[in-house]
Amino acid sequence: MPKHSRRLLRGLGLACALALGVAACGQESGADGSGQKSVSEDDIRAALKKGGTITVWAWEPTLKQVAADFEKKHPGVEVELVNAGTNNDQYTALQNAISAKKGVPDVAQIEYYAMGQYALTEQLTDLEGFGAGKLSAQFSPGPWKGVQAGTDRVYALPMDSGPMALFYNKKVFDKYGIDVPTTWAEYLDAARDLHKADPKAYITADTGDAGVTTSLLWQAGSRPYTVKGTEVRIDFSDQGTKKYTDTWQKLIDEKLLASVNPWTDDWYKALGDGTIATLATGAWMPANLVSGVKDAAGDWRVAPLPQWTAGAGDSAENGGSALALPELGENEALAYAFVEYANAGDGVKTRLENGAFPATTADLQSTAFQDTAFDYFGGQKANKIFAESAANVADDWSYLPYQVYANSVFNDTVGKAYVSGTTLAEGLESWQQASVDYGNKQGFTVDR
Amino acid sequence: MTTLPSPAARPRPAPPPVRRSRRSWRGWGFLGPFVAVFALVFLAPIAYSVYLSLFRDRLIGGNTFVGLDNYRQALGDEQFWAALGRVSLFLAVQVPVMLGIALLVALALDSGRLYGRDFFRVSIFLPYAVPAVVATLMWGFMYGTRFGLVGDINDALGVSLPDPLSPDLVLASIGNIVTWEFVGYNMLIFYAALRVVPHSLYEAAQIDGAGQLRVITAVKLPAIRGALVIATIFSVIGSFQLFNEPSILQPLAPNAVTTDFTPNSYTYALSFNGQQHNYSATVAIVMGLITMVIAYVVQLRGMRKGV
Repeated sequence: MPKHSRRLLRGLGLACALALGVAACGQESGADGSGQKSVSEDDIRAALKKGGTITVWAWEPTLKQVAADFEKKHPGVEVELVNAGTNNDQYTALQNAISAKKGVPDVAQIEYYAMGQYALTEQLTDLEGFGAGKLSAQFSPGPWKGVQAGTDRVYALPMDSGPMALFYNKKVFDKYGIDVPTTWAEYLDAARDLHKADPKAYITADTGDAGVTTSLLWQAGSRPYTVKGTEVRIDFSDQGTKKYTDTWQKLIDEKLLASVNPWTDDWYKALGDGTIATLATGAWMPANLVSGVKDAAGDWRVAPLPQWTAGAGDSAENGGSALALPELGENEALAYAFVEYANAGDGVKTRLENGAFPATTADLQSTAFQDTAFDYFGGQKANKIFAESAANVADDWSYLPYQVYANSVFNDTVGKAYVSGTTLAEGLESWQQASVDYGNKQGFTVDR
Repeated sequence: MTTLPSPAARPRPAPPPVRRSRRSWRGWGFLGPFVAVFALVFLAPIAYSVYLSLFRDRLIGGNTFVGLDNYRQALGDEQFWAALGRVSLFLAVQVPVMLGIALLVALALDSGRLYGRDFFRVSIFLPYAVPAVVATLMWGFMYGTRFGLVGDINDALGVSLPDPLSPDLVLASIGNIVTWEFVGYNMLIFYAALRVVPHSLYEAAQIDGAGQLRVITAVKLPAIRGALVIATIFSVIGSFQLFNEPSILQPLAPNAVTTDFTPNSYTYALSFNGQQHNYSATVAIVMGLITMVIAYVVQLRGMRKGV
C-alpha cells in the first residue's frame, strides 16, 4: 500500500508539473484559418452607437487629446489609453501579452520597422476587410508601404512619418563662419572645421544608433534587406553601404563625433549649449527640441538632408509609427473606428496642432501646414523642407521581419566601431552575420 | 562481538496492518503544506524551465519539440562562453580583492585599537544598504567623462584620465562598484565570526608569546574559516549572477556593455529582445548547473581544510 500510494503521488506530481507546463505555454500561433475578417461601415456605425471600451497601447503623446475628442463625439465609447513603454519596451509587453493570450490591447502603436515581425506571424488583423484599402491614396507612399510590411495586405493605418532633414545650430555655424553642408562630403569638412575652431564642439553625437544608420543607408541607395515572405537576404556590401561607411569611418577615426548617448540629459544639454551642432533625423524632432532644449530656442534651423551625390535630392524615413489591431484584441469594429478617426479622420488635425508630423498627403501638401512658421526655428517654415523630404523618399526600402531583434544587437556588433579598432564595415558585417544566424534560427531562410 | 541489527531487520511484534496505512497518511498531513509550497515555488519553476528547454518556438514554424538540441547549441555557443569567461575573470580578480579588504577591515575593527569602531563599522556597511540600482547609477554618473566626476577631474587638473566606461575598463569599473557595495556586507560576516572567538584562545596565544600577526594567522583565521568559505560561496554565486550593474550601465556605455556581457544579461536579451524563451531557459539551466558545481567545489575545498 505505501509503495502504491507513493507511486500514485509521484505520478500525480508529474502530471501536475506537466499540466502546469502545458497550460502556461500551450500556445500555438494564432493563424487558425480565420482568414480575412470583414467589417462593414454599418457594423462600425452600430458598434459606435452601442458603445464600449477599447484599450489602446501607445506612447504617442498627441493621442491623448484625440482619445478625449473621440469619447466626446461618441458618448458611450471609452478609450483607455495606456502607455506600456516606448518602442522596445512596449513590443516586449505586447509580445508577452500575445503569447499569454491575455491582456492584449485592442489597438497598439507599432513603428514601421517593427511591423514585419507582427505581420508575418499573423498577430495583426488585416484591415483590408474593414475598408482600409480605400485609404491608401490618403497616405504618403513610404508609410503606406510600412503598414503593408512587404505584403499586399494592410496591417495598420499610418499615424506619423519621419522624413529626414538636417537640424543644425545656426548660432554655432555663424560663429565659426561655416557653411551649412549640402553633401555628406561637405558635412565631413564642416565637422573638421568646427572641431578645429572649438575642440569642445562636435558636428553631431553618435554612439551607434541602428535607426539612424539604416536610414542613412536607405538614403545612400543601399538596400541591405530583401524580404520575400520568409525568404530573406541580408547584404551590407553594396555601393550605398560603401558610401556611408567611407564618410562615417572618417568621422569616427578623426574623433569628430561626440560620444553622447541620445535621449539622455547630457544629450539635451549638449544640444542646447552648442556642443552638438547638427542632427540628421526625422521630421518628428521639432516637438522634442521645443520641450527638451528650451534654452536654444531660436538657435536651431532646418536644412535638407545632405546628399551622397551633389544635387541628388534623395531622402529617407527615420522612425514613424502606425496604429494596428492585434489579432487577439476585441471590439474590432470600435477599435478600427478609433484608428481611422485618429489617423485618417478629424484626429489628424488635432495631432498636427500638438506637434505631430503627418503621414497623410493632403496635410503634407496643404498650404496651412507648409506655411506654419516655427518660433523655435526663428520663424522658419520648416514644414516645407519636411514635406519636400517626404516626397523624395525612395519607397523600395524594406526592413527585416525581425528588425526589432536586429536593432537590439546593433551596438554589440557595429557599436564596436565606435569604441575600438573595429571598422564600420567589419561591424556591419558582424551585424549581418548575427542577423542571418537569428533569422535562420527563427525559421526564415536567410542568405547573405 | 555482535553487530546491532539494522532497524528494518529488527523483529517487530506483530505489526497491525491498520497502523501502517494510517502512518503513511498522517505523515503527509504534516509534510503536505511544506511540500505543496516547495513544489509550487521551487520545483515547478525548475520543471517548467526544463520543459521549456526541450522545445523551440520560432517566428516561422511555431513550437516544436527538439529534445536536447538547445543544450547542444548552448555548449557550442561562443557568446555564452565568452560571457562566462568574462564573469570568471571578474570572479578571479574582484572576489579576492573584495574579501581581502573585508577581512582587513574586520580584523582592524576586531583588534580593539580603533577609535570610533562603531562609526567605522556602520559607515563601511552603509553602501550595502544602498540599493544596487542606485549605487550603480551613482557610480555611472561619477564615471562620466563629460559631466561626471572623471570629467571634472580632467577639467580641473588638465589631465585626461582613461574613460572608465570604455570596453577595456568597464569590467574593472563594475568590479569597483561591486566591491564598494559588498565590502561592508562581507566585513560584517567576518566581524561577527571574529566576535565569537573565545578570548581564552587569545590569552593562551599571548602566554605562548605570539605577536598580533601570529594571533591572526594561527588563531583568528582558522577560527573563522567557516565564515570565509560561506562568504566565498556567496561571492562566487554573486559573480556568476552579475546582472544589475552591467544592465544599468548599458544605456551609459551601450558599445562597451554588450547585451551578452554576462550569462544573465545574455539570457535576458535572448528572452526579451529575441523571444527565444526556450533557448534562454536552456542557457539559464546550464549556467545554474555550472554555478552549482563551482560553489560545491569551493565548499568541498574549504571544508576539507577545516576538518
